[in-house]
Amino acid sequence: MRILIVEDDPILLDGLTVGLKLAGFSPDAVSTCAAADEALHVSDYEAVVLDIMLPDGSGIDLLARRRRERDVTPILLLTARDQVGDRIAGLDAGADDYLGKPFDLDELAARLRAIQRRGSGRARATLCWQDVVLDPATLSVTRDDKPVGLTRREFTILRLLMERPGAVIARTALEEAIYGWQEGVESNAVEVHIHNLRAKLGSGVVQTVRGIGYRVGGEQP
Amino acid sequence: MTSMRARLLLILLLTTGAVWLSAAAWIYWSTQARVEQVLDARLREAARMVDSLITDHRIEIASAADPIEELDIETMTDEAFSHQLSCQIWSLAGTLVGRSEAAPHERLASSDDGFSQTTIDGQTWRVFTVLNPDRGVQVMVGDNLQVRRSLVNDVMTGTLLPMTLVLPIAGLLIWLSVQRGMRPLDRMASLLGQRHANDLRPVDLPDAPGELRPALDAINGLFGRVAGARDREKSFTAFAAHELKTPLAGLKTQAQIALASNDPEIRRHALEQIAGGVDRSSRLVRQLLDLAAADANVERETVTSANPAAIARDAVQTVATFAARRNVSVEMLCVPEDQVACDRVLATTALRNILENAILHSPVAGSVRLTFTVGDREIRFNVTDAGPGMSKDDLAHARERFYRGANRDEAGSGLGLAIVETIMRRVGGRLMFFNLEGGGFSATLQFPKA
Repeated sequence: MRILIVEDDPILLDGLTVGLKLAGFSPDAVSTCAAADEALHVSDYEAVVLDIMLPDGSGIDLLARRRRERDVTPILLLTARDQVGDRIAGLDAGADDYLGKPFDLDELAARLRAIQRRGSGRARATLCWQDVVLDPATLSVTRDDKPVGLTRREFTILRLLMERPGAVIARTALEEAIYGWQEGVESNAVEVHIHNLRAKLGSGVVQTVRGIGYRVGGEQP
Repeated sequence: MTSMRARLLLILLLTTGAVWLSAAAWIYWSTQARVEQVLDARLREAARMVDSLITDHRIEIASAADPIEELDIETMTDEAFSHQLSCQIWSLAGTLVGRSEAAPHERLASSDDGFSQTTIDGQTWRVFTVLNPDRGVQVMVGDNLQVRRSLVNDVMTGTLLPMTLVLPIAGLLIWLSVQRGMRPLDRMASLLGQRHANDLRPVDLPDAPGELRPALDAINGLFGRVAGARDREKSFTAFAAHELKTPLAGLKTQAQIALASNDPEIRRHALEQIAGGVDRSSRLVRQLLDLAAADANVERETVTSANPAAIARDAVQTVATFAARRNVSVEMLCVPEDQVACDRVLATTALRNILENAILHSPVAGSVRLTFTVGDREIRFNVTDAGPGMSKDDLAHARERFYRGANRDEAGSGLGLAIVETIMRRVGGRLMFFNLEGGGFSATLQFPKA
């Protein structure tokens, strides 16, 4: 799950990046409003973690600006200003959730999964297709109630495909979702991961739509 | 008296009453004198008239003391005051020759000529006597003073009664005027009374009279100052919350990573971050305490003096590890012998913050120079570094609490120069800083000489 972290404190930014990566996210990190604006224009994120007090402006202003531009990316405000009045102002400006500093890393990950889930119109915490069950919280996948061991990137690809069974996801979209800015993309990386997924889950789950991308479920070719 | 309204009302009523009373008294005395004058003139005229009638033999002086029916003086006066005038004619030998009907039988006048006053049977008479030597008689015409007094009283009642009836109306008018005059004050009071405790907007009273303006301006000025102080307090609290909670959040996150990860590389990285974060947080806490000390109650302070050498040595010593870690050297040149008029601890805190900033912004392996300038009344500590200096915007805002420049560094809290500024202002010194020509930055602490 590709997310953007906007935070100006270097130690916290480092902690968020490393910690959320461990929790199965693909985070990009910036420390100013300007860089955040740029990143949001260039890439698609499934969620944004946004600090309010930034060196070149207020996170609330950035949030309001994104909402005016009809950007519906779920945004979680992360800030030291956690009085009731601040929380109300943040939520009313268009934030999807609000977390006061200091916070628990696991809670932040859970809240990010929750706002992503709400954003895709889903109420259940797990994703299911036939007998395949994927749990984003524990990063675990089972088939026929038997656990299947996946790498972080394989998991991310399967999660994206299972989000909307039957829908075709382009190869480039998968590529963007599994690699942050700092990581180089090998040209056939997605194909390799798909191959591994088929080997672990069986060939019937992930299908190739030639020239477009991949999907889970739908009509058999 | 606490009520302005009551005081004004009382003053107005008392002065009006006093004016009214003196007017009434004046009218009373002058009317009485005038009436007396007129009545005296009438007495005199009547006496002379009778005298001339006697001289002309129009009145035959009777031998007996019978009432002279012809002498009908009574009809000359008002009905209400009939029998007011009485007339007697006496022979020089002392016998009563004639008298009017209302006149007593006793001699009316005690003098032989002119005005006189006599009491007969408890009645007091005012009498005018004319001596007629040709006919050998005295003509006496008199007024009963009792009748006279009732006449004066009637005149007085006619004048003073309407004046007295007007009094309550005047009082009512005064009360209404005071009420009306006080209305702007009432409006201001109710405007202020309705306010919420947090409402510090200026009071708007567009048609306030000129007398209220100074009070209104003073109140609005106070509101402005309180609002400003409250806003500063609010933003300080918000900044302090951010600056204190953010490093804590960083520490907690890194600690959770170290606990959760099995990768030794990730754990080591997280622990390094924690160590750095603790350093930074402790510096922030120390600076907040410095700021609190610099802000502390000024009255406790006694003017002390300190040796620049001691201040410089203490300050350089405290930043030595920090400088060594960044591989920056601190040079100190020509320390003066004079004393500065400043608490040693505060001066050291100020200098340490300036040195820390200089070390922080120095290029690696650079050097920070501490030099001194001694003036007539002040001693300056100059700290220069070879760093990039500040932007124009940063120069303008650097003294503000929690202000961090555009290229903020990890170790800065935005409090250093605010602390120095507070200390320098408190000891009556100055903080000056500017970019050096051709690169570098200079900060100067100017202390008053002891």
